[in-house]
Amino acid sequence: MNAQLVAVLALAVGTYAFRLAGPVLQGRVELPDRIRELLGAGATVLLVALLATGALTAGHEFAGWARPAGVVVGGVLAWRRAPFAVVVVAAAAVTGLLRLAGLP
Amino acid sequence: MVRDVALVCLADAVVGVSFGAVAVAGGLPVWLPVLMSLVVFAGSAQFSAVGILVAGGGPVAAAATGLLLNTRTAAFSLAVADALGRSWPARLVGAHLVTDETAAFVLARTDPEQRRTAFWVAGVGLFAAWNVSVLGGALAGAALGDTDRFGLDAAFPAVLLALVLPALRESRGVRRAAAAGGAVAVAATPFLPSGAPVLLALAGLSLLSSRRWSR
Repeated sequence: MNAQLVAVLALAVGTYAFRLAGPVLQGRVELPDRIRELLGAGATVLLVALLATGALTAGHEFAGWARPAGVVVGGVLAWRRAPFAVVVVAAAAVTGLLRLAGLP
Repeated sequence: MVRDVALVCLADAVVGVSFGAVAVAGGLPVWLPVLMSLVVFAGSAQFSAVGILVAGGGPVAAAATGLLLNTRTAAFSLAVADALGRSWPARLVGAHLVTDETAAFVLARTDPEQRRTAFWVAGVGLFAAWNVSVLGGALAGAALGDTDRFGLDAAFPAVLLALVLPALRESRGVRRAAAAGGAVAVAATPFLPSGAPVLLALAGLSLLSSRRWSR
């Protein structure tokens, strides 16, 4: 079978198993606060690492300035609690316009 | 509440279009983002897995990163389990609709009846909006060609940043761990295979000790 298809299915099955935890364990198990906080912090660290590498690098190299500039504009808007859709469109628009102006 | 759900659906639809377009523009077949959205239905994990596949990181790294990100849905599903309903069909179907967004809608309410309504309205609405927009984005991505021209490659990091800001605002300990982890991941990117630097970032968690956990 296609390796990419296997990756999608593995991710789907594993994710569904995580989601079943609530309905199956409901009322029987309470996650200790410490574990819950560590899971939350782990997810945050992963997301920040993903966004930092995604904003700054392409392959194994620096992505150029246009992309991080767009991400920073999106980040400032998000910080000022702009709606999600505005953040996404503004980030893409800034990056696209900078590229149009010749910045890689 | 329906209005709030509709606004979040609209925002997710914009993200969904970017997701479909970015995946296809990165060289993946149209069926991949579409199928993934139906069976995984978790935005940040999907973006991460596809980002790794597009960067050439391989299916194992893609699935592992997505799964690690989705461990948090276990915590969310425990938190909102009462809102799914009592029957097993409702629990089994509802489980698939547990996301950051549906959990946020449920956790904002205390009345059991309102929690159940919020869960199902948000869950079904978001599932529909997400899958339709990803399909549209994937088809558009195939037609658009190079989506970098439109800056769509900046959409994914910007989405993650918006998702992660509330958690960063809340805790100084998490901010420190995330900053360290992010720096490690970026510094390691030139030297390690794709997907590995992000997992290495978890080393940042070592900066969290129960005593220094400051809010």
